[in-house]
Amino acid sequence: MPKRDDINSVLVIGSGPIVIGQAAEFDYSGTQACRVLREEGVRVILVNSNPATIMTDPDFADATYIEPITPEVIETIIMKERPDAILPTLGGQTALNAAIALHEQGILARHGVELIGAKVDAIQRGEDRQLFKQLVLDAGADVASSAIATSVDEAIAFAEEYGYPVVVRPSFTMGGLGSGFAHDEAELRRFVGDGIHSSTIGEVLLEESILGWKEYELELMRDTADNTVVICSIENVDAVGVHTGDSITVAPALTLTDKEYQRLRDIGIDIIRRVGVDTGGCNIQFAVDPATGRIIVIEMNPRVSRSSALASKATGFPIAKIAAKLALGYRLDEMPNDITKVTPASFEPALDYVVVKVPRFNFEKFPAADATLTTTMKSVGEAMAIGRTYAQALQKALRSLEKQGSSFHWEGEPGDAAALLEIASTPTDGRIVTLQQALRAGATIAQAHEATGIDPWFLDQMVLINEVAAELATGELDEARLRLAKEHGFSDAQIAQLRGLDEAEVREARWALGVRPVYKTVDTCAGEFPAETPYHYSSYDLETEVEPSDRRKVIILGSGPNRIGQGIEFDYSCVHASFALADAGFETIMVNCNPETVSTDYDTSDRLYFEPLTLEDVLEIVHVEAAAGELVGVIVQLGGQTPLGLARGLEAAGVPILGTTPDAIDAAEERGLFQRILDEAGLIAPRNGTATTEDQAVEIAERIGYPVLVRPSFVLGGRGMEIIYDTPSLHGYFDRIASHGIVGPKAPLLVDHFLDDAIEIDVDAIYDGNELFVGGILEHIEEAGIHSGDSSCTLPPVGLGRAQLLEIRDATLRIAEGLDVRGPINVQFAYATGVLHVIEANPRASRTVPFVAKALGTPIAKANARVLAGSTIAELRAEGLLPEQDGTILPIDAPVAVKEAVLPFRRFRTADGRMVDSLLGPEMRSTGEVMGIDRDFPTAFAKSQAAAYGGLPTSGTVFVSLSDRDKRQAVLPIHRLQQLGFRIVATAGTAEVLARNGIRVETVRKHSEAGDEPSIVDLIDAGEIDIIINTPSGGIARADGYEIRAATVATDKALFTTVSQLGAAVAAVEASREPYEVTSLQEYHARRSA
Amino acid sequence: MNASLRQAQGAALRHVLDLRSGTAQGAAAAAALVLEDGTIYRGAAYGATGQALGEAVFATGMTGYQETLTDPSYAGQIVVQTSPHIGNTGVTSEDDESARMWPAGYVVRAASRITSNWRAEQSLPAQLERDGVVGIAGVDTRAITRRLRDVGAMRAGVFSGDALTDDAAMIAIVRESPQMAGRSLAATVSTAEAYRLEAVGEPIGTLAVLDLGVKTSTLTYLREQGFDLVVLPQDSTLEQVLAHEPVAAFYSNGPGDPAASDSQVELLQGLLRQELPFFGICFGNQLLGRALGFGTYKLPFGHRGINQPVLDVATGRVEITSQNHGFAVDAEIGQELTSPAGFGRVEVSHYSLNDSVVEGLRALDIPAFSVQYHPESAAGPNDARHLFQQFRDLVVAKKGA
Repeated sequence: MPKRDDINSVLVIGSGPIVIGQAAEFDYSGTQACRVLREEGVRVILVNSNPATIMTDPDFADATYIEPITPEVIETIIMKERPDAILPTLGGQTALNAAIALHEQGILARHGVELIGAKVDAIQRGEDRQLFKQLVLDAGADVASSAIATSVDEAIAFAEEYGYPVVVRPSFTMGGLGSGFAHDEAELRRFVGDGIHSSTIGEVLLEESILGWKEYELELMRDTADNTVVICSIENVDAVGVHTGDSITVAPALTLTDKEYQRLRDIGIDIIRRVGVDTGGCNIQFAVDPATGRIIVIEMNPRVSRSSALASKATGFPIAKIAAKLALGYRLDEMPNDITKVTPASFEPALDYVVVKVPRFNFEKFPAADATLTTTMKSVGEAMAIGRTYAQALQKALRSLEKQGSSFHWEGEPGDAAALLEIASTPTDGRIVTLQQALRAGATIAQAHEATGIDPWFLDQMVLINEVAAELATGELDEARLRLAKEHGFSDAQIAQLRGLDEAEVREARWALGVRPVYKTVDTCAGEFPAETPYHYSSYDLETEVEPSDRRKVIILGSGPNRIGQGIEFDYSCVHASFALADAGFETIMVNCNPETVSTDYDTSDRLYFEPLTLEDVLEIVHVEAAAGELVGVIVQLGGQTPLGLARGLEAAGVPILGTTPDAIDAAEERGLFQRILDEAGLIAPRNGTATTEDQAVEIAERIGYPVLVRPSFVLGGRGMEIIYDTPSLHGYFDRIASHGIVGPKAPLLVDHFLDDAIEIDVDAIYDGNELFVGGILEHIEEAGIHSGDSSCTLPPVGLGRAQLLEIRDATLRIAEGLDVRGPINVQFAYATGVLHVIEANPRASRTVPFVAKALGTPIAKANARVLAGSTIAELRAEGLLPEQDGTILPIDAPVAVKEAVLPFRRFRTADGRMVDSLLGPEMRSTGEVMGIDRDFPTAFAKSQAAAYGGLPTSGTVFVSLSDRDKRQAVLPIHRLQQLGFRIVATAGTAEVLARNGIRVETVRKHSEAGDEPSIVDLIDAGEIDIIINTPSGGIARADGYEIRAATVATDKALFTTVSQLGAAVAAVEASREPYEVTSLQEYHARRSA
Repeated sequence: MNASLRQAQGAALRHVLDLRSGTAQGAAAAAALVLEDGTIYRGAAYGATGQALGEAVFATGMTGYQETLTDPSYAGQIVVQTSPHIGNTGVTSEDDESARMWPAGYVVRAASRITSNWRAEQSLPAQLERDGVVGIAGVDTRAITRRLRDVGAMRAGVFSGDALTDDAAMIAIVRESPQMAGRSLAATVSTAEAYRLEAVGEPIGTLAVLDLGVKTSTLTYLREQGFDLVVLPQDSTLEQVLAHEPVAAFYSNGPGDPAASDSQVELLQGLLRQELPFFGICFGNQLLGRALGFGTYKLPFGHRGINQPVLDVATGRVEITSQNHGFAVDAEIGQELTSPAGFGRVEVSHYSLNDSVVEGLRALDIPAFSVQYHPESAAGPNDARHLFQQFRDLVVAKKGA
């Protein structure tokens, strides 16, 4: 069937903020979908609360709503825009859940809107465990066996049939309490006994364990004519028991015979038919018993998923794009394969390379969290690498993580094989390196397999890598040895380590011998048909397929794997650089290794190199591209710390860096230089000093006075940043960071006097050497001391006057001049007791660039790139890219946008199963952000809260526990809450102050106080508290505060830890008593232009 | 000669280093793949050592190397696997498609050093050695594939051990070897004696299977449709076939040029005149085409993969098929044709969505049909398995009439 002619407008639901398990990949898929729908002449209406996405750029939809993804808001949008259909399969679980809610609340029926991409019953069949189980059995496949037991004897009988370990899950307990693996009869007796006891209905669920089985995933697509194809098979290197998002995975599957693979394919196709996913993609996960081949279906997602993004990048088959077209009624055979152009999309990609994905974790940000990998996903990003062999791809992927110790190494003695295997038997971040060391220490493949469940084939590849390393360590470093090393993915740095040389010496020797990579093409068909795709990867083979053009070109370095502090916001800037520079006539070349992003869509740039962002890999790309045409330069200022870290090395190799020079970038980080620039500009910074040792740090702190803010240089996301209140705490800080290697002679620690009670301000601006253009001035809602990435902020500022804004602009200009910036600059200021202090300046694109662009409708990301490439602000204004007025002072009727951070605390537990502390501080820990935009601040703030976690309650009970210094300021807002009808409860000290101020307050027992009546933690656990206000005292997470915050996070209630948040929240509670109005970005833009 | 070709050739000739991907040490012996056009790729010996001559073709399946190697259709060929890792799961007798491995030579990127699968009985290199398949590993299979795609399938040789000699001599040997076009290989792969296989379940009659290189899976699926099989040598006569009183006839896949198989074409014409229901696969499709009076021709580099989309004209549906053919039937797509050999109306029932090559024929006035692809797959998807049922239905309907 060709395209349906009854669908003229489609509402696309996005995935909301980046959270663990639902990240940038949905921007990639959503952006593709929006693009395709518009190409098809469909009017696209988009709702997504995440401003950091490409898809929410006004160019990608006809009406873009950055609004909370709630049924109420979506209904308002439906009533306003009257879409013919809703496409919910490209926005992750968030969009699918929203679609189900719309259906259940009768909203779809009420407004006559059809779901396309997946029908409600198909979604339910995929999600309902019981329905799905039956459907799997009907397809002739298996699910894990399970049984209910009401006695220990029944449990033992089950174990006798299915073997140990047995999974024990008590029925009807909260949060998986009491569930676990029983490895023998004694454990089973204990678990089942406890479980039956703690279960309200006296029974436990027993499940056969499939821990240690092989895990596979298939990505399938189906059209209305029932044509079904498998796009990609993915094999998990880690055995069942580690979430697939946290596993090292490889595509295609490498350890199945055709018979076994075809069995998975048949089951997959049968299931997609039975579930009824009739247009679009789905993924199915399988477990295969390595001893017998028995297949169990774990789950399926009737939508585009994280794995489909990976599969798209791995194969070159644009799953989301095709899924969107299928939803409009097209058949697979009616669409061309994007890559070959001549063959149809109804085929199954054949790979002649190996793709390896490795997860990126951020456990160092959550020191209390248990780093054991389980079936709950904990990674925050991933890197992918393409190689001609597994060994090559694996080593490239590991170095793409840019994390100390993430690559295989051969330093020192490996240690004891048995001890290393014991460590490796628990899956953790970095286990693969421990395993490599164990094999190096003499562990056999059989032992390593026994310890980890990893297939012997993958283990042998690690043995192979170790053997190559041994060969490399001896004899002459000749062409044969270098080729052998490169063939197996060794970096120059690894070779250098093995030979006791510098990386640069290895590179020189290698180049002298002519050992350089060639670049192959991802073409979906293993070379069967000619392809023009500009999608390349390096290998050390015979023949290169890249023929560099003779155009003027710019290389844009991306930001690598997502991590806290360096996420999608930087990809946003890189993608816009590519778009803007292509419009300006440059050939754009993207280098990145993050499969989740829009930047690694082969459609984004003129050429894409899917390569690690290391100096070696980038220099090789520069070498090929410089072979023809003119390489105007490399952009390093847009991808965050990753490309900035390469700037010096590139410059030293004679590679032109566009815009702000590496010297200027360093000057901003180098305290002495920066202080001089501030002095010349007549600007004030907090008293500060620079320490390379602990003693120095203590001396400085005592001289400038506590509290101090300590900050390692050259880090992003406030890694290692803390507020320290006294000398013992400073010693404690050094103990904690000792092992991280983030402070030393080459990376000094910056020690600043911390400004208490200051208002923090972020400025995003562009400087062209002559003129400054302020993108926006953002006022933080939390006071200084909370990382800007975790702080909510408002644009325009609501607490700053015209004179202050002009003072900020002037200070920004002087810093930009002093640093000699050419391109973007971000400056953080703080107003303390009416004085403007400069906290830090960074001559690069910041995390807030996309927020500013969305809030004000100014394409500052594009402008950043253009100025880097030599345009002036005056030219961009003349072109119409930039408006006449910059963003310093906005018209009084300008909308207010509020950014709120989304934090991952619920994902993490301590080793003993408790919540990790959710207190905010100077180290960034949020994974994503949302934006609320409306005509005034309270409504915008309320929307931001609704988008971040479902919104503020408008009635109920408020619990208050305040530090002494906050008590006075909190009285008024709490009084207002009482007037709004909230019941107030407080701990004794706080209650006293509130009562004296005329607030009716009930006292509640602290968790640490003795007593029989329920403590505050009990009340929160019981769901009796709706808003929790808890400001920590003295900067230390005291035990009580911790318990309160942990319970709050566990029950998903609103939590405020600063008084300024509280003030905003009270205004927001009032604002959210009325239904929200919605306004699209395009409407805001039209109003601005009018 | 284009730029990339020159580059590959120059690099290949200059490039004396043996990548030996499968081994860390320089333990494996050297080997060379020599193409008819003079390109030489150097790598490590794999499987049997010696000299193998044949037509170089590439296969794009990511699974199923064992089925590929035991498929008689590959007899006389040098198979280049585009999938880089080969041998990971070893071999198991369960998955054999015939009693031995057939290609003359075998070319892989990275040969597995170990065997890892619960069903594995033997390592792949051991089996290659047993059956005398001369292999080479550690070569840039993508570069070779692109070359074969651009230039077309070529005569080639794999040389290792004592056979590895100076370049000019090896090129000369390759250039003196026979071309695939015009070659009949049925005698090489066919059974010498007729043999019988019983139906699974209730038998519906005897099926005469002409073994032109038949695969085990094909026989299995035919038996599962209730046919008692009599598998016949490729040179059987009409009288010999009819002596078995078959209810239907079947032509298998197999190697070689259909234009060099006149005796089988004549036999088929005899069977069709008897109005015996007929089903043909692959080579069998080409021979039905010739029997109906159409021509066949050699494709530039053939279809060899398990991801080939084929349109079923009758249903409008796409099947992802397993294919392995270097020749094709020359017939018009999209209209009713008349058999030049007098068998009435004929239509192209299936064609390739990649390049519109004929992938199936159906006679409209006699009970005969065939497909160019492999409904028995092995290796490959099981999407077209229903064709065996369709054949049974045809036979049952004929019996009823």
